[in-house]
Amino acid sequence: MSAVLEIADLRVSLPVDGQYREALHGVSLTVAAGEAVAVVGESGSGKSMMARAVIRVLPNGSRVGGAVRFKDEDVYQMNGRRLSAFRSTGIAMIFQDPRAHINPVRSIGDFLTEVLITKQGVKPVDARRKVLRLLREVDVSRPEDRLHQYPHELSGGLLQRVMIAAALAIEPKVILADEPTTALDVTTQSELMCILDERRQADDLALLLITHDLDLSAAVCDRTAVMYAGRIMEEGSSRSLHDQPRHPYTAALAASRPQIANNGRRLSVIQGQPLSAIEAPLGCPFVPRCKYAIAACRASEPLPKVIDGGLSACIRTNDIRAQLRSEGQPA
Amino acid sequence: MNENPVVVADSLRKVYRVRGRIGRSGRNAGLTAVDGVSLTLSEGESLGVIGESGSGKTTLALMIIGLQTPSAGRVEVCGNERGRKRQRGKRHVWGREVQIVFQDPYSSLDPRQRVNSAIEEVLKLHFELSAGERRKRTATILEQVGLDQGRGGQRPAALSGGERQRAAIARAIAVEPRILILDEAVSALDVSIQAQILNLLADLRKSTGMAYLFLSHDLSVVRYITDRIIVMHNGRIVEEGTTDQVLSAPQQTYTQVLLACVPRRGWKPQRVRQLTEAS
Repeated sequence: MSAVLEIADLRVSLPVDGQYREALHGVSLTVAAGEAVAVVGESGSGKSMMARAVIRVLPNGSRVGGAVRFKDEDVYQMNGRRLSAFRSTGIAMIFQDPRAHINPVRSIGDFLTEVLITKQGVKPVDARRKVLRLLREVDVSRPEDRLHQYPHELSGGLLQRVMIAAALAIEPKVILADEPTTALDVTTQSELMCILDERRQADDLALLLITHDLDLSAAVCDRTAVMYAGRIMEEGSSRSLHDQPRHPYTAALAASRPQIANNGRRLSVIQGQPLSAIEAPLGCPFVPRCKYAIAACRASEPLPKVIDGGLSACIRTNDIRAQLRSEGQPA
Repeated sequence: MNENPVVVADSLRKVYRVRGRIGRSGRNAGLTAVDGVSLTLSEGESLGVIGESGSGKTTLALMIIGLQTPSAGRVEVCGNERGRKRQRGKRHVWGREVQIVFQDPYSSLDPRQRVNSAIEEVLKLHFELSAGERRKRTATILEQVGLDQGRGGQRPAALSGGERQRAAIARAIAVEPRILILDEAVSALDVSIQAQILNLLADLRKSTGMAYLFLSHDLSVVRYITDRIIVMHNGRIVEEGTTDQVLSAPQQTYTQVLLACVPRRGWKPQRVRQLTEAS
């Protein structure tokens, strides 16, 4: 399987108080056609920055190093026309807050058909037919009426369905979903994730799901990467992250989430608060919160190593693997 | 558990007046947010109210704390019935009894007021203390919620999300209320911070004996923090029982569907329609 999307040693620096500070610190990740990959992290981990870097919409003045390749073509080498084609036919993005990413003064119908008509040269009648079919597919009731409605007339869940329909309408190769269901009720979340999952399998889509929820990533994605302070701490099959974590941060993250299945056990807590790459100390950025940290962890920055079919950026993985495994287990 | 009730709500109903039309029918029909809800919160108990957006849980909380007047029904807090009209003197008493923590501490704290001063203001309103005593009490409260003394001198903007929520909790518990309402109080926090605040809330309940009314859409969190659960849907209670009963063996279809949608190990997303047909 060759990768549709390849992120290679991606570095993004932003000007902070006149100085360039790194917000993404060498992130590498690939997604193949038909594959679902999750990126899990807390605030400041750089997961959304990574998503923005992929579609090349970074804040003004940012510096980018490394590469983002879409079907072997570097997104940062594309000229205006190529980039526009990439964004309108290659990749589609779904955001957490649909209301912030949809034009409030255009109707749903205009919004859905715009790219099809202006970029892909589809005839308006055909675009309308296609969009109606997609709205039905994402379980939007009364689709014909919806085309004439405006964003403010739709609930958050309904609007997110419209966003998903819009993403599917351009028949992209990659869908980039940044916390698509975080603001929604669990029932809507379940349904929307199910729709995305079905479409991914039917159309051989690559899905990059950005989320804070390890359980959700395990349910929907084959592989998960855990980010912290602008870098990937661990990457592996989603199952292995729960059952056999390689990195202390992953184990601690899994153990600090209350489980619906067990009760009574006190939550184990990661002391302190998540850091962004900008605040990270030298050496491993997780050291201040890590209970396994030793002097060597502060000395130099650990590079991701292959362990057990996955990657871990921890120099102690092999020494502490058994302890990590027991951390995530219910008492 | 103590059987002494601190909150009794009887057939509460709230109809919001809505301008224009709702949906395709009904002129001036109003929107019924809460429709005949009765509940009892015992002293020291932690009662969870779960439901999706629009289920009426926040309106219910606002009626109990007195920020909304019920359209029908009555609320009794610590043995006193809440009147329909504004009663200045009584508001003061209620403030001692019930406090609330909201989801977003950034919009519920005054951005220009330092944390210390927010807590001292509450103490000044409710207790006869000298300035020195107030400062000392404030320091103790900050310690109780796990905030460094240094952070007390900060404004909310200088605090992290977790610290802000600790500050909001500190302000709420300063009057030593008997009831603390937590409206999605941990929903916006990062996973690792959420665990810290949940443990803090569990400890505070143990040390102070406060009763919690815990509103949330997150069933895993509710499982961790509550003794009993009320499930709300469209303004009504559809199911209630001990947390264990409701989450291990839900009786109502709605609760079953809700529970089936919670991501957990081995879970796969499903269409809700399939779920309702199956059950």
